[in-house]
Amino acid sequence: MARMKFLCDSERCIECNACVTACKNEHEVPWGINRRRVVTLNDGAKGERSISMACMHCEDAPCMAVCPVDCFYKTEEGVVLHSKDLCIGCGYCFYACPFGAPQYPQVGNFGSRGKMDKCTFCAGGPEADNTKEEYLKYGANRLAEGKLPLCAEMCSTKALLAGDGDVIAQIYKERVTRRGYGSGAWGWATAYKTGSSV
Amino acid sequence: MRLFHLKRTIWAVLALGVMIAFAAPQPAAAQQVPADEAALLQQLKGGPVTGRVSIPDVKSSVLIQPQGREWRETLEGPVKSFGGWLLLVTVVVLAAFLAIRGRIKIDSGPAGRTIERFNGTERFAHWLTAICFIVLGLSGLNLSFGRAVVLPIIGPEAFASLTTFGKLAHNFLSFPFVLGVLLMAILWIRHNLPNAIDITWIKQGGGLLQKGVHPPAGKFNAGQKVIFWFVVIGALTLAVSGYILMFPFYVTDIAGMQLAQLVHAVAGVVMVAIILAHIYIGSIGMEGAFDAMGSGKVDLNWAKEHHSLWVQEVRARGAGDD
Ligand code: HEM
Ligand code: SF4
Ligand code: SF4
Repeated sequence: MARMKFLCDSERCIECNACVTACKNEHEVPWGINRRRVVTLNDGAKGERSISMACMHCEDAPCMAVCPVDCFYKTEEGVVLHSKDLCIGCGYCFYACPFGAPQYPQVGNFGSRGKMDKCTFCAGGPEADNTKEEYLKYGANRLAEGKLPLCAEMCSTKALLAGDGDVIAQIYKERVTRRGYGSGAWGWATAYKTGSSV
Repeated sequence: MRLFHLKRTIWAVLALGVMIAFAAPQPAAAQQVPADEAALLQQLKGGPVTGRVSIPDVKSSVLIQPQGREWRETLEGPVKSFGGWLLLVTVVVLAAFLAIRGRIKIDSGPAGRTIERFNGTERFAHWLTAICFIVLGLSGLNLSFGRAVVLPIIGPEAFASLTTFGKLAHNFLSFPFVLGVLLMAILWIRHNLPNAIDITWIKQGGGLLQKGVHPPAGKFNAGQKVIFWFVVIGALTLAVSGYILMFPFYVTDIAGMQLAQLVHAVAGVVMVAIILAHIYIGSIGMEGAFDAMGSGKVDLNWAKEHHSLWVQEVRARGAGDD
């Protein structure tokens, strides 16, 4: 079975935020929550580089390891999902996540966080596939419909790739060979421990 | 000299608080960004990769923070095994102590007459703190160990409800807890300053190990003074780190939050271990001790054996006797 991954080719990313907008719209993500974001390194200077980042669906995921109520699970395709019914909003997954993926609505007293929300690789949650309950809590389940994440499909320059890890690594490798240099495969060293040798 | 050490400890704890509050974010790669994550991480010495975002969420400008994995390994590894072992060893040692030494009796038998040890205000401060502490301790330990211990027994749904409730209790009871500790500190600090008598008390092991040995002590003996300072400094550490956790990212960044969590988890378990010993000696461990905080009045012979100087002091004032 395919192992799903994201890969952002920062050589191509033009910081248009189409992926961010596509994600917000597809899943009707509430205000203040960003499942995907574009970070620009060295903004306005030589060597500027933009990278679209969301949950990387890590190997041996740190969020899963630290969750006090053990509410995460990993699908057969390597997608890291969680149950909002169990989450207590403690924020530990945000401290553990190398990519700042978990998001929390601000609710109630003090700085207390609501149920954690994060990128699902457009794969919904524990509820039955493509039900209204699933949509309300986790957004669309495109994987169950045989489609890939919308952010990558919407990417204007095809910088953001989503799908079978081997396939997207191959596409990226071909690009690197053609243009003669890589652009880092940002996050791969940390998420999949494979480095960016692809 | 001892006082000086104490001050140093307090300063160290305060300095830690300030450090947590001002842990500055690592600057973004100033010069050229290498076209490689591994190379950049090396250039930043494993520090976070930070850039600019167009959304008003400052935290999200951190692209990669590899320390997340280190925090996870520290918490799941050394911190939790230390905590688990510490609690286990404490319980075993106390049980062994009870088995060997038995309940410490009033050697000269009860006098039948009592003397007032703690007044209403003192007992209020103590029990306010104690009740909050028990709930804070249980709900806290549930966060550390519940997933391994409680979840398999009661199942994920019940465990999530329990933990949500525990988290609410932990948040709200933190305020009366801090109030209780402040009250105790104000009421008792003058009785807890270290002095020369404490040295004799410690040399004789507080008389805990042998029957019939009763080193002199004032209102509080050296052992109780140690507990007092652990509670004051421990509560301060827990309050600083706890309020940082309760108001996430108000005063610090991700590194500060991770540090606060680790400090809180370790301090919490250490405090629970110390208070277990305190509860032991104040209840099943020693005859007559509970009355001090129960009715506030203790047996005169108990008082003479354990707090001889205090009894003299009270009598000199012409108070206390019933
Ligand atoms: C003084 C006020 C205190 C405050 C403001 C406070 C706050 C917090 C917060 C915000 C958390 C994070 C989890 C959550 O969101 O619920 C936490 C966890 C914890 N607290 Fe406290 N707390 C306080 C006192 C205590 C005390 C007295 C104890 C021990 C008796 C304690 C033991 C713990 C433990 C063991 C954890 C879990 C750490 C882990 O996950 O491993 N806390 N506390
Ligand atoms: S990117 Fe963060 S939230 Fe996603 S699997 Fe990895 S640690 Fe978990
Ligand atoms: S915020 Fe929710 S998902 Fe994240 S660690 Fe806490 S309980 Fe688990």
